[in-house]
Amino acid sequence: MAMTTDPPVQERHAIGQSLKRKEDPRFIRGAGRYVDDIVLPGMLYMALVHSPYPHARINGIDKTAALAMPGVKAVITGEDLVNAGLGWIPTFHGYDKQMVLAVGKAVYQYQEVAGVIATSREAALDAAEVVDVDYEPLEVIADPFVSMRDTLIIRDDRENKTNHIYHWEVGDRDKTDAALAASEVQIDERIEFQRVHPAPLEPCGIVADMSGGTGRLTMYLTSQAPHAHRTVVSMVTGIPEDKIRIVSPDIGGGFGNKVPVYPGYVVATAASVILGVPVKWIETRTENLTCSGFARDYHMRVQIGATAAGNITALKVTTVADHGAFDAVADPSKYPAGLFGIVTGSYDFPTAFTELDAYFTNKAPGGVAYRCSFRVTEASYAIERGMDMLAQRLGMDAAEFRLLNFVKKVQFPYPSPLGFVYDSGDYHLTLRNALDKIGYKELRAEQAEKRARGEYMGIGISTFTEAVGAGPSKLFDIMGIKMFDSAEIRIHPTGSGIVRTGARHQGQGHETTWAQIVAEELGLDPQNILVEEGDTDTAPYGLGTYASRSTPVAGGAIALAARKVREKAKKIAAHVLEASEDDIEWEDYKFKVTGVPGKSITMKEVAFAAYTNPTPGSEPGLEATFYYDPPNMTFPHGAYIAVVDVDAETGYTKVRRFLAIDDCGTIINPMIVEGQIHGGLTEGFAIAFMQEIRFDAAGNNLNTNFTEYLIPTSLETPHWETDKTVTPSPHHPIGAKGVGESPNVGSPAAFVNAVVDALAPLGVKHIEMPLTRAKVWHAIKDARAAASAPLAQNGATHA
Amino acid sequence: MIIRVTVNGTEFVRDVEPRTLLAYFLREHCGLTGTHVGCDSSSCGVCVVAIDGDRAVKSCTMFAVQADGHEITTVEGLAQGAALHPLQQAFWDCHGLQCGYCTPGMLMASYVLLKHHPNPSEPEIREALAGNLCRCTGYQNIITSVQQAAAEMSPQPVEA
Repeated sequence: MAMTTDPPVQERHAIGQSLKRKEDPRFIRGAGRYVDDIVLPGMLYMALVHSPYPHARINGIDKTAALAMPGVKAVITGEDLVNAGLGWIPTFHGYDKQMVLAVGKAVYQYQEVAGVIATSREAALDAAEVVDVDYEPLEVIADPFVSMRDTLIIRDDRENKTNHIYHWEVGDRDKTDAALAASEVQIDERIEFQRVHPAPLEPCGIVADMSGGTGRLTMYLTSQAPHAHRTVVSMVTGIPEDKIRIVSPDIGGGFGNKVPVYPGYVVATAASVILGVPVKWIETRTENLTCSGFARDYHMRVQIGATAAGNITALKVTTVADHGAFDAVADPSKYPAGLFGIVTGSYDFPTAFTELDAYFTNKAPGGVAYRCSFRVTEASYAIERGMDMLAQRLGMDAAEFRLLNFVKKVQFPYPSPLGFVYDSGDYHLTLRNALDKIGYKELRAEQAEKRARGEYMGIGISTFTEAVGAGPSKLFDIMGIKMFDSAEIRIHPTGSGIVRTGARHQGQGHETTWAQIVAEELGLDPQNILVEEGDTDTAPYGLGTYASRSTPVAGGAIALAARKVREKAKKIAAHVLEASEDDIEWEDYKFKVTGVPGKSITMKEVAFAAYTNPTPGSEPGLEATFYYDPPNMTFPHGAYIAVVDVDAETGYTKVRRFLAIDDCGTIINPMIVEGQIHGGLTEGFAIAFMQEIRFDAAGNNLNTNFTEYLIPTSLETPHWETDKTVTPSPHHPIGAKGVGESPNVGSPAAFVNAVVDALAPLGVKHIEMPLTRAKVWHAIKDARAAASAPLAQNGATHA
Repeated sequence: MIIRVTVNGTEFVRDVEPRTLLAYFLREHCGLTGTHVGCDSSSCGVCVVAIDGDRAVKSCTMFAVQADGHEITTVEGLAQGAALHPLQQAFWDCHGLQCGYCTPGMLMASYVLLKHHPNPSEPEIREALAGNLCRCTGYQNIITSVQQAAAEMSPQPVEA
């Protein structure tokens, strides 16, 4: 009878609803609490001294003038830290070590050299100006292709006197070389993915607190991975892990920037230990762009072979990676080039091979997964540009060429030639939907008309596959810590509850979506499920939020923890309903007694019974913890189409339309997924057209603030059209795959493909990102010059 | 220097260094941490506040002493107790925020925009918010939010 008053089951699903975000009320009131908002009694402030030279011997540091400045409490140098056993810290995956503060020599411009601690931010900055460092400039290598010659060894502290860091390869080299040699048509092109920086609007920072006489260190930290950071801090300092608490408060965007441990964190912590008071350090924007983790900087050679009919035969990608002065790439231990092996993309290559060599240069260290699942963005860009280049060579339509070569739906689970097993997908459906929705045929007709009039309009396609959700413990770890994740759910007597996870959101909406998962699994109201993350004292251990891993890993843990709660609740339901547990079934968000209509109990009623009428002889209460070790990664995919107009006289490009069809499996909250796609597309747009961290030959960083490192504003950013296909992941507990990074991974190639397609009639074959007006204008000018050159020369150029 | 600044209706009399930026005055002297700092070069707009109700300024570009005798409205001054300002409600309804860091500046820039242009077009909104960066939303839902708030705040047409 109760059923007649309930809304239909479909409407009661918590998963799939565009629930308004539960975290928003504090943010719209200015009541978010970010690290810089934290003020503790007696707190001091730290400013850092940076090397103006990209490579320089440090002959001495004189602190005298700085220590004499008003309010200055301490000046900490690299030698001080060496004496305290903190001179060097292991890099992200533990294969290298990096100086906390420069000792002996500085190896990149803006490297941290000293920390000044004073009673105010201003006093610390003033005193940092007068720390007297005696630098002796050294020869600089800012180019990995120069570095590989080993004419100068950048890291003379290392046993191996070479700038070569490592070689990595996967696939069948011989078979791939043979297939390429035998292919009727081939491309062999160099494609760069420039150095960029995630640049979240909130810079990195810390309040380190060793005060209070408790012997406990509390670090309020801009951390995407608080538990991992706690373990690393314990391993490096020797402080027992129970004496360390990391609190990651609200985070103003991460995008991979807030995964590593930075020197500023270590120096501020050391200062708090030495001085016995809290110490705050907040990056300046220049420190953020010049010192903290950059991304990409991959120089790729892409070879693809095909038959004359357009069937792909082999893929080979050879990469030179610029890692800067320390090997601090944020990749899992067994994957020094991340998940670059996804480079075969959505295509069914009979054979493939990829290899990579990484080098030191006198540039800032990094290699973070910037809105990207560990080098997947570089790989997707390489294959999606490469496929367009080959389609152009074959004279085939870019969409038809892709449809001809996609992995087919019946091939899933699909073992890729580079070692992944793609879980699910329907690439033909997604692309066909995109072509229909954007009106592809009509656009090609319009393009033909415009070309006849001398106007340049381009259509760019990108049909990427991403590997996210690292990951299965047999494959994935960071410094030995396996990359599972966790959830703890407690249901209170009156039917509300709290869920805690080892993830840490930075805008992704976990406070809402996690509540929806719990609500769906337990039939409770998502408004009364509190989500808490980021405090290592209370949250279960997990590896944090980056690489689109939260929904695939922590999301799975939440669903399975909820099912554990439900199992226990079933026993209580049997007790309350005076039925055998075997006769209890969970249906329509209620426990029912099989074959006895009307005899049922809600989860809310069970929760009350768990505390007021527990099953005799069993444990009271209603809570569960689950550590989820995923059996595989998830493989979201999408079909993106960009329509771009190019003014051939000025190089001005205008993205007229952009359609993104994403398939991220089961969608928990459509509004949040769409928002993530808008944001990711905007960052992909930024990378394609604007963002780059450049260095001159002398190693000077040329993009040290937001007037030089360009972030798109509301004026440049295109209007985004979005849609979806849904192919659930077969192994994920709720079928979800993750989405936050797909648009940033998939979109850069669509933009570049569109601009090159627009200019194809001029003979333009490729333009390196970012596609600034100047670069596009030069490409047009060069192509026109080549076309108007004398015939013999022209023939030689295109031989 | 001693300055008198009215912030969200409350007068603050404080002794500040002449070089103190308005953003840090609000955050550290008035305890209003809703106003953020993001770039140090007046590029990002997370520090935008309203001066005298009708001008949007980047408070990291202005000295606190320049605000002496003026009225400042920050994000904390938008809501009337439990009642959200229509802009706040719209940003919540339309998913106009993700990490929340740019949100106070976006709200204040939009607040001043609507003072001058009660019914702005999409290009006018994009133009007005061009000094406010957002890394999360791609601006699309922010623009929708401002449009919803404008509709909510405009006098409703009277039925004949």
